[in-house]
Amino acid sequence: MIAPNPDAIVQQTGAAHSSIEGVSGAGSLLLETRGLSKHYPGVDALVDVDFELKPGEVHALFGENGAGKSTLISILAGANTPTRGEIHFRGAPLTLADVGAARACGISAVFQEFSLVPQLTVAENLFLGELKRARELLERLGFPLDAGREVQYLSRAEQQMVEIAKAFRGDLSVLILDEPTASLTERETESLFALINQAKARGVGIIYITHRMVELRRIADRVTVLRDGRKVGLVDARAADEATLIQMMSGRPISQVFPKVNYAPAKTLLSIERLTTSDSAVRDVSLEVKAGEIVGIAGLVGCGKSEVARACYGLLRVAKGRVMFDGTDVTGWKTRRMLDAGFSYLPPDRHKEGLVLARSAIENTSLPALHLPQFSGNVFLKRRQEKQTVHGLASQLKLHPFDIQREMAAFSGGNQQKVLIAKMLTRDVRLFVFDEPTVGVDVSTRVAIYRLIADLCEAGAGILLISSDLPEVLHLCNRAYVMFRGHVQVELQGSQITEDRVLSHFFERAA
Amino acid sequence: MTMEQAVPSEPQARLKLLVRLFLGIGVLPILLVLALILFSLLSDNFFTFNNIANVLRQTSYLTIVALGQMIVMLTAGFDLSVGSTLAVTSVTSALGMAGVAAAYPDQPWLAIAAGAPIGFLCGLAVGMVNGLGVALLGVSPFIVTLGMASVGFCAALYLTSGTPVRGIPYEFADTFGSGGFWGLKAPVWVALILAIAVYVLLNWTRLGRHFYAVGGNLKAAALSGVHTRLTLFMAYAVCAGLTSIAGLLLTARMETGEANIGTSMPLQSIAACVIAGVSLRGGTGNVPYVVLGAVFFGVIENGMNVSGTSSYLQIGVTGAILVFAAVADEFRRRLIGRSRA
Repeated sequence: MIAPNPDAIVQQTGAAHSSIEGVSGAGSLLLETRGLSKHYPGVDALVDVDFELKPGEVHALFGENGAGKSTLISILAGANTPTRGEIHFRGAPLTLADVGAARACGISAVFQEFSLVPQLTVAENLFLGELKRARELLERLGFPLDAGREVQYLSRAEQQMVEIAKAFRGDLSVLILDEPTASLTERETESLFALINQAKARGVGIIYITHRMVELRRIADRVTVLRDGRKVGLVDARAADEATLIQMMSGRPISQVFPKVNYAPAKTLLSIERLTTSDSAVRDVSLEVKAGEIVGIAGLVGCGKSEVARACYGLLRVAKGRVMFDGTDVTGWKTRRMLDAGFSYLPPDRHKEGLVLARSAIENTSLPALHLPQFSGNVFLKRRQEKQTVHGLASQLKLHPFDIQREMAAFSGGNQQKVLIAKMLTRDVRLFVFDEPTVGVDVSTRVAIYRLIADLCEAGAGILLISSDLPEVLHLCNRAYVMFRGHVQVELQGSQITEDRVLSHFFERAA
Repeated sequence: MTMEQAVPSEPQARLKLLVRLFLGIGVLPILLVLALILFSLLSDNFFTFNNIANVLRQTSYLTIVALGQMIVMLTAGFDLSVGSTLAVTSVTSALGMAGVAAAYPDQPWLAIAAGAPIGFLCGLAVGMVNGLGVALLGVSPFIVTLGMASVGFCAALYLTSGTPVRGIPYEFADTFGSGGFWGLKAPVWVALILAIAVYVLLNWTRLGRHFYAVGGNLKAAALSGVHTRLTLFMAYAVCAGLTSIAGLLLTARMETGEANIGTSMPLQSIAACVIAGVSLRGGTGNVPYVVLGAVFFGVIENGMNVSGTSSYLQIGVTGAILVFAAVADEFRRRLIGRSRA
């Protein structure tokens, strides 16, 4: 199971690709890219990617965050222009000036970020208000939506249906779906899959981004794996197993990605008792975290898994229930007080909530601990001590470039994440809450973060790991909770934490 | 690679040096030096000690207000009420001093000790209302400070019926208006001391760091345990405190309390900050450049006066320079971003 299966790798990169002008040989191909590259200042988002899509095929893109999947699909959807390389559509070269040009060729994308106008109705979003056409389209697709409702009152899943319906408005030849099931329930997922099969039968080519192995096996025909902007391989979806894919995706065997952790559960640090937040994002949740263990929370986007920790950290108002931290009732405590008590929360979005991008690494790192005697005298800052501490943390976390005076905006995603983590290490923390700790970071940083989490746990800290990245929860945690719509569905221990079991509790049915 | 590119010729090397200078120190110091050279060539009276000392005195009030404005701008806001704060301080301090001086004509310093704090506190009150509005009630800085600008101006006019307040002790004007030593007037020294104080506040204290953090990313600051509301409140309070000091100095300079001083101060102080590279989005800016920014506007104004430029033209030139500086700064930021890549 762990051993990579070389047979599954149909084609490895490096295989010479002789692209002779004119001899496209792409008669049977719907869409093809050759040597597609996208260079941003400081990053090669995409390097020489050859990709092909046949009519009636579901071609999955697989890779970590930041591997280049989003860049590739944004180029194919006309939302982005490549630095180098060419795109062929039905055998002829194609230049996509904008999204409209792509749509004119029948290439439509459904991104994770919706492009709907919330104040307009479904019909207005689809057909500038032609109710009849909108109803017909929704009916044809089998979406139970009221075309006259304003989009802002729809659930995330329903908004996604509107987005998908937008793609089906005209003649569709290529459909791009970016993690379409991330916020769908099982039933909604089933109807989406039915729709995909229907489109396949009509010869539509589908590019499908997902993180879930199960989905790959269910609906994908072929899988292109990307890593650090490069194509790593093309795999037959039915022959691919998890270990092979993770190895291709991360560039190292699975045993080297996730460290072996020696859990030593001791006394209970955090104990949440029947917690309900006033916005109802969390309903009647009870869970606990002991010192010396890594506890995971998994679940769909919007299931309330983040909100549990945010309510403890003073970011959400608690309506009912109790939060005990190290024997003290800390329900409703403010952020500063929780920090001083030894509770540290790593926010999932480092740009929105984590870092002050215009300021330096040193100022960002010391910020949560600035009021402690180690960094502050009675009046003035102890800047030399601050510099020493941050310097030490930066070298421990291998910050690159190693320049702590550099402003955060000038660091890569992985290095920004290192500084975000360094912020948690400037003070004594007994419970670390990591909310999506590896979003958009490169593989080596990811491995380093996992190692650090394991080390913190072995040093006796409690860890709460909130993650949408399933392998993370599967391989790092000794206990895990699965949440659905604000409730805890199940608590799993040790060997019970398997992909099938976790996923089976992602949806209502298992309640 | 041709030979010409490999071995840069003399002008190319000079151009490269200029680009490096531009990237290193920004556009403001270069503009300032250019302006000094230009006006020295246009007029013999410009680059004399007396005239430069005069420029510094004229700009000291703007410098002090710009320091306060900068602190508010660091927190991603701005204060449109600095002009009214000046007016309120001027009028209330003058009324206080004149009142006490009338009762105790032989004790001018008692009048000063009573009137100056009254003016300072009244100016500070304007800032505290701003701070409460922005920090506690979450109203946009634009609305709160615009509102307070009207309220403050109204109060100053109402208290004085629009006429200057006379009866300020001569000693006040003599010491803080026209007094001084080593060839520089008192307001210049005060501005210098305050600039150093603000520099220390921003770089060596927690509150200073918190200003930058709250302005750069309010949510990140809150999640790092910073008391964001207190920090925002303090920004408006410190700004008003500094502005009040400038108001007292202006009152001393004019020897009367005036309700209609400082009407151009909000825009001038924001312009001085923007030309100094203080971001309107918050989180960036430093004290030496803000001082240079204020001085630069003083130099332009004085230079054009000395060289006999029409006053109508002056306004346009100032505006054009501001836009040019902002564009150049944006260009510089992009160049730096590219050179890092």
